[in-house]
Amino acid sequence: MATQPSSDLTRRTAAQLAEALRAGEVTSVEVTQAHLDRIAAVDGAVHAFLHVCAEEALATAREVDARRAAGEELHPLAGVPIAVKDVVVTKGLPTTAGSKILEGWVPPYDATLVERLRAAGLPILGKTNMDEFAMGSSTEHSAYGNTHNPWDLDRIPGGSGGGSAAALAAYEAPLAIGTDTGGSIRQPGAVTGTVGVKPTYGGVSRYGLIALASSLDQAGPVTRTVLDSALLHEVIGGHDPRDATSLPEDLPGLVAAARAGQGGDLTGVRVGVVDELNGEGYQPGVRARFEESLELLRGAGAEVVHVSCPHFGHALAAYYLILPSEASSNLAKFDGMRFGLRVEPTEGTVTAERVMAATRGQGFGDEVKRRIILGTYALSAGYYDAYYGSAQKVRTLIQQDFAAAFEQADVLVSPTAPTTAFKLGEKLDDPLAMYLNDVATIPANLAGVPGMSLPNGLSDDGLPVGFQILAPARADDRLYRVGAALETLLEREWGGPLLNRAPELATEGTTR
Amino acid sequence: MSTTTPPLVDYDDALARFDPVIGIEVHVELGTATKMFDGASTEFGAEPNTQVTPVSLGLPGALPALNGKAVESAIKIGLALNCEIAELCRFARKNYFYPDVPKNFQTSQYDEPIAFDGWIDIELDDGEVVRVEIERAHMEEDAGKNTHVGGATGRIHGAEYSLVDYNRAGIPLVEIVTRPITGVGERAPEVARAYVQTLRDIFRALDVSEARMERGNVRADVNVSLRATPEAPLGTRTETKNVNSFRSVERAVRHEISRQAGVLDAGRTVTQETRHWHEDTGVTTAGRVKSDAEDYRYFPEPDLVPVAPSRAWVEEIRATLPEMPVARRRRLQTEWGYADAEMRDVVNAGAIELIEATVAAGAAPAAARKWWMGELARTAKTEGVELADLPVTPEQIGQLQQLVDAGRVNDKLARQVLSGVLAGEGSPEEVVTARGLEVVSDDGALVAAVDEALAAQPDVVEKIRGGNQGPIGAIIGAVMKATRGQADAGRVREIVLERVQQG
Repeated sequence: MATQPSSDLTRRTAAQLAEALRAGEVTSVEVTQAHLDRIAAVDGAVHAFLHVCAEEALATAREVDARRAAGEELHPLAGVPIAVKDVVVTKGLPTTAGSKILEGWVPPYDATLVERLRAAGLPILGKTNMDEFAMGSSTEHSAYGNTHNPWDLDRIPGGSGGGSAAALAAYEAPLAIGTDTGGSIRQPGAVTGTVGVKPTYGGVSRYGLIALASSLDQAGPVTRTVLDSALLHEVIGGHDPRDATSLPEDLPGLVAAARAGQGGDLTGVRVGVVDELNGEGYQPGVRARFEESLELLRGAGAEVVHVSCPHFGHALAAYYLILPSEASSNLAKFDGMRFGLRVEPTEGTVTAERVMAATRGQGFGDEVKRRIILGTYALSAGYYDAYYGSAQKVRTLIQQDFAAAFEQADVLVSPTAPTTAFKLGEKLDDPLAMYLNDVATIPANLAGVPGMSLPNGLSDDGLPVGFQILAPARADDRLYRVGAALETLLEREWGGPLLNRAPELATEGTTR
Repeated sequence: MSTTTPPLVDYDDALARFDPVIGIEVHVELGTATKMFDGASTEFGAEPNTQVTPVSLGLPGALPALNGKAVESAIKIGLALNCEIAELCRFARKNYFYPDVPKNFQTSQYDEPIAFDGWIDIELDDGEVVRVEIERAHMEEDAGKNTHVGGATGRIHGAEYSLVDYNRAGIPLVEIVTRPITGVGERAPEVARAYVQTLRDIFRALDVSEARMERGNVRADVNVSLRATPEAPLGTRTETKNVNSFRSVERAVRHEISRQAGVLDAGRTVTQETRHWHEDTGVTTAGRVKSDAEDYRYFPEPDLVPVAPSRAWVEEIRATLPEMPVARRRRLQTEWGYADAEMRDVVNAGAIELIEATVAAGAAPAAARKWWMGELARTAKTEGVELADLPVTPEQIGQLQQLVDAGRVNDKLARQVLSGVLAGEGSPEEVVTARGLEVVSDDGALVAAVDEALAAQPDVVEKIRGGNQGPIGAIIGAVMKATRGQADAGRVREIVLERVQQG
């Protein structure tokens, strides 16, 4: 990066921190403590974290510092702290998925991606807030309170991974893990001015992700720069024999692609604008920023073409059948029998069935219940073909749309979300309006292709807008090349990262 | 519930008026080292909930990973049952809430079984062969084991609390489903038993399961329905669950035929339901009513990829299949020259392997059969144990028979040697030595014994010399007595005649 690293460690990118750690300019304990202090100072207002594990993070940091001092060969990101979305299972650290039904549950095992983070020496700062079981686009469905958008604390940070995105935007963490089932990494990235990547389905192990919709879920990086996402992606990605849907092969160099893209040259790259993911329903400021970004890409040598994906119009409907169907089954295990909340009926006999019913009745929030009911209905005998069966057919058509579009273009692009961050409570009573936030991100999940959102400016309301890049399955490297190029060109125009324009958050006294 | 239960109809009477149709679902636990979808051990008898992982406990975040060995075993079973092996098949989720199913769904195969459209010939006791058509064989995971504590019945109803052991949860199962078995009439119970027995033999021959009924390795659900005539459409069936011994399979079918005949005679209709089998009383009682309300909301398991066994792999497995039990039985009968009835007795006694090993150890097939079906069968019956559990090996019987063949022991001595072996005194050779049981074939000793006997009975000598051979027996008896039975009677007779002539 051209810019000088900030003296404030929390303002640095993960790549800058990694370099400073490697050069011995700072220790992991200093970096980790700086972020813990920042969390103490601003998280009262932002509420990005559900659980902060200062002791464990500092212990990891000390260990990494000791190993570095002993001259050990360490992972490039060793010592750079990270926040993990609370849907990811962490051994010894509470994991709730934003639900009361898991309150107090401490998992006895680590998700594969957490094992990889630990093996690489990344101190885990804590677990981030989210919509309950990742169902939502605003983090308002968390059972543990809202997360606030650092750009405007009265607004939503997106969802379901609003906690991870807000933590990055508020400089509480230099890296975070998100999960994306229909846009839960990319849409929060868009509305908080941060970067988020949903890898190719199977690119990052799902073992240890509390499943929402198994065929759609994918974990990925949440960062402030494209390069940081590539660095983190390479840590968590790769085959895992414990996940049958894990890709057998490693993906091509992602960090290398990001570094190549930073040169700002996209000569010969064909960029396809998906006509169905723009236009009506998209905020004027969102559309204007999108057009400006296309101009930058053209200026970098890219060939911008228009592609049509005629079945994308049915994506939302198909998604809201497949997701609830799978979720209704995935969430059946939360029954008060083996872990988490257990509620005994207040009157009448205590039978297993009645304990299950009481536990689920009390432990699940309304949005979760809504989707379980939808999914149970959609899978019922006599309705299966009409609902789940039809939705799977639509899914195939969307995959065919993508295949055809990728014949004409190397990457596809669109605005990430139709609008900027809305006000807390604004859409809480209108589930359909809430669902529409994900209209542009859902097709990628249905097809299993990778997608990225990066900030591409502020809308007329002064709030950040996201630019989405989609690539064919297994071609995640293209996201990084194109994303890094656009990021470089945008920051050249802005004279620095977009987040520099975010208002300063009021800080509380630090609790060192 | 009906107000009164109609009386059972006499079996023969029921058969005179109804045509029974049966169908059997057999679950076999595969003998893989680890579970269907995770690395937990499958060993039997461990402390409760010690053989579990996040996967078999259904913890949040856990995912299944398919056990390749289980797939191979399922393909073996499919091939042995002359099934087609699917080129591509999937698992499905069977959704229902029950505490022994940790995820509250069972991962099973639904409409895409790994094996389908097969058949197997089974042989009844009288040698009649019945072909049973196999609809499908599919893979699934077992549930945990509930123990209901308190209450009189051991069932969940009335229990104070329940304990769940998840060691069994996730053990790989193959479920084999027959097509309706028609046209067997009064032999339906026997066919059901022979079918399950044949499958048990096949599982063992394939080495895919220990197939121990008493451990629940093999469990059968028997479906029974009645119709007025073989031309009529199938009647309403009941499914009697978890019938876990061969004899019970036969009894359960027999009981259901009598019971359903009673229901139909009373002008009622048979309720489509699952039924429980009561081993002690030999009756079935109503379980869950099967209705359309029972909806498992099956859908393809999104956490697993389709199973697509390559044709090359399937052929590789086919090439390693051992001879199937019925074919083997026929081959051995021919080789051994047993009559049909003899072979049937051998099969029923579970003596095939024992006789085969005894023959391999050097005994003639007839002699081997004589030992196992005679002296040893009597001993086993007296002791109340299985033949195979007697403390004697086929090799030892082979050695014993070789002693007989060599003339070193006679039949009577051989039985004494056997009792020594059974008493743990060692090999036949060791028992002969220790007990001094060898036939006395030293002529010197025998001549002396004969002379002594002749001297004691001079009148007998005269009679023999006079051409009356009758009294020779008395001399032989005396010699045998003197030698404590260890003399070779034929040789004694020869010596008696020699000595008398010489005298």
